[in-house]
Amino acid sequence: MEPALSIEILMPALSPTMEEGTLAKWLVQVGDTVKSGDIIAEIETDKATMEVETIDEGVVEALLVAAGSQGVKVNTPIARISGDEVVSAPAPAPTPVAATLAPVVAPAPVAAPASVVLADPEVPAGTPMVKVTLRDALRDAMAEEMRRDPDVFLMGEEVGQYQGAYKVSRGLLEEFGDRRVIDTPITEHGFAGMGVGAAMAGLKPIVEFMTMNFAMQAIDHIINSAAKVHYMSGGQISAPIVFRGPNGAASRVGAQHSHDYSSWYGNVPGLKVIAPYDAADAKGLLKAAIRDPNPVVFLEHELLYGIEFDVPEGDDWVVPIGKAKVRREGTDLTITAHSRMVGFALQAAEELATLGISAEVIDLRTLRPLDTDTIIASVKKTNRLVTAEEGWGPMGVGAEVIACVIDGAFDWLDAPPVRVHQKDTPLPYAANLEKLSLPNAADIVAAARAVTNR
Amino acid sequence: MAAKKSSGSAAVSPSNLVNRDEALAYYRDMLLIRRFEERAGQLYGMGLIAGFCHLYIGQEAVVVGMQAAQKPGDQVITGYRDHGHMLACGMSPREIMAELTGRIGGSSRGKGGSMHMFSKEAHFYGGHGIVGAQVALGTGLALANRYRGNDSVSVAYFGDGAANQGQVYESFNMASLWKLPVVYVIENNQYAMGTSVARASAETELFKRGISFEIVGEEVDGMDVLAVRKAAERALDHARSGKGPFLLEMKTYRYRGHSMSDPAKYRPKDEPKQVRDTRDPIEHMRHYGLENGLFTEEDLKAIDRDVKEIVADAADFAQTSPEPDPSELMRHIYVEA
Repeated sequence: MEPALSIEILMPALSPTMEEGTLAKWLVQVGDTVKSGDIIAEIETDKATMEVETIDEGVVEALLVAAGSQGVKVNTPIARISGDEVVSAPAPAPTPVAATLAPVVAPAPVAAPASVVLADPEVPAGTPMVKVTLRDALRDAMAEEMRRDPDVFLMGEEVGQYQGAYKVSRGLLEEFGDRRVIDTPITEHGFAGMGVGAAMAGLKPIVEFMTMNFAMQAIDHIINSAAKVHYMSGGQISAPIVFRGPNGAASRVGAQHSHDYSSWYGNVPGLKVIAPYDAADAKGLLKAAIRDPNPVVFLEHELLYGIEFDVPEGDDWVVPIGKAKVRREGTDLTITAHSRMVGFALQAAEELATLGISAEVIDLRTLRPLDTDTIIASVKKTNRLVTAEEGWGPMGVGAEVIACVIDGAFDWLDAPPVRVHQKDTPLPYAANLEKLSLPNAADIVAAARAVTNR
Repeated sequence: MAAKKSSGSAAVSPSNLVNRDEALAYYRDMLLIRRFEERAGQLYGMGLIAGFCHLYIGQEAVVVGMQAAQKPGDQVITGYRDHGHMLACGMSPREIMAELTGRIGGSSRGKGGSMHMFSKEAHFYGGHGIVGAQVALGTGLALANRYRGNDSVSVAYFGDGAANQGQVYESFNMASLWKLPVVYVIENNQYAMGTSVARASAETELFKRGISFEIVGEEVDGMDVLAVRKAAERALDHARSGKGPFLLEMKTYRYRGHSMSDPAKYRPKDEPKQVRDTRDPIEHMRHYGLENGLFTEEDLKAIDRDVKEIVADAADFAQTSPEPDPSELMRHIYVEA
């Protein structure tokens, strides 16, 4: 038996914002024996009446605040109980504050450690380049990584027997079997969540969405479950998972199948976001994404699937995440683009060259982390900027690129940057209207002429 | 496939019998959760815990009974009312309480809070704040078990409120289709925040919710730890043996409001007291043990003292552990190389 101790019961805060309240009624009297869980009083705030339970045991010695008292401050002693073999409640200790709280300056966007120089792998001399469609490059990336790591598997709608809705997973079921190439029902929310659960358990799922439009059904798991779990667990749990599928406009498929989600996912800390243009990048970046220990959103483009590009032969072509690529060097202005817009930017640069305007084209490739160094270095050279994206402008990728240039190269700018993007409409079906809504090479040329006054 | 009501709230059959050590352990584990939660409520009242804080008081028999039937390696995942699950899994009261106070000694280094804690060691996968998300995630844990060919079962807890979320049924479908080793535990405490089951559910017998997915369901007295353990053994055996998912509906009750700021005006004023007086899981175990000569009052007093000390120590640690260093702000957004 420990010596009996008197315990003070304090006026509790019943909500995060409560500072004081009315002690409406006592439900015990001096001399009563109380035990843990007994309701001893009622307290009123402006919002509600709440019951106060004791968590201590003993005899009520004194009621220190009379029933009906108003404005009783939180943490005021309201009663005293004579403890009976009670471990006394610890006194509220002052909150130790760690060090001095330095103001949090806008943290640098997460980038690779400065000591690591990100660069595409050297292609050994004599390595043949092979013509591969973007579709097959993605398939090759998955197949090579699945051969390399038994924890990698693919799940999604029609990825197996049907060979992929867009035939991206052609041949994988035959090579890897239905344990590792899993056909799911049409149930994006459910299978995306299952993929994240499997990733939390240490596997490395590739979750294919038939299109990223359908991933909106699953976006809660992409963001709330996958992107946040590492942080919320203090670094204990991670979600090494790739969410991939075609993103943005296709051809005449209407508003609900044509949405570009670049800026949505690019907004979220905890995710890495990749949007490649050519097959070599698609392959090398998808391999990097599968190997990455973080959740990666990999945005493909349906209208690029069938296009052939040069890809280095071999299974060790891994392109680093977080590094933009200068696709064309120039001196008069910088054009940034990603995914299919890179092709339009290159076309525009050709046309601009005929007008005597030298455009530098940067393929962003990775949207998060954004390679701000490459963008800023380019603008410091050209002094002018046009951003091009397929999605809507407001709160978009172009807005972000411009903000980073304002931040890093404001004094080098000779003209206000210009954004090229989709018109602010859902994508229409009618051929002429669809064409009017989507940005193209001519829009980029016009923007480039505007920023160069030529 | 069938769904069945429990045969009269767990009549004591021979397989229900427990030995002294088990009986004492269940009593202790339930009491630890009760005292821990009471103390958490007190620290909340003192302003040391903030935000949302959902207490588990009243529901202790569910997690303790389930855990008693689990094997090492079986995973547990739940929603935001998670303190009891973590204690039952064996996470330390100190790390849980310090997470509640937002200190570096907390399980998530103070960055998760009441609703977001995890432990790989204890096979506890959270701690999820989006109602129903844990059901798909927990089914994914089961998919991982199947993929690896191990013997583990995932136990996915959710409430009567989450039972109306669409992804629960997407998960049921795939779990049954692929015969995944998962036990779904609906903790039916009768109120989804302030909405009673009858006001929210067309089918109020939630153990029937798996019928159209060919998932066996069973109603269990969730206030009786021995009934829970018995049902858990059946469910876990079923899932472990490759027969697919199993659904347990635990009829239970939360004594406190939904969260700390909920005055619980939506239920009859004397309802909590009535449940407490007649169905309290800890009192139930106490009487059962004493009547059957499994333990004595002295045994229980020793446990009471022990538990009080553990909880006082956790509360003390939770107040003296420092706040996280500001450098923690930018850590763990991505996996550190």
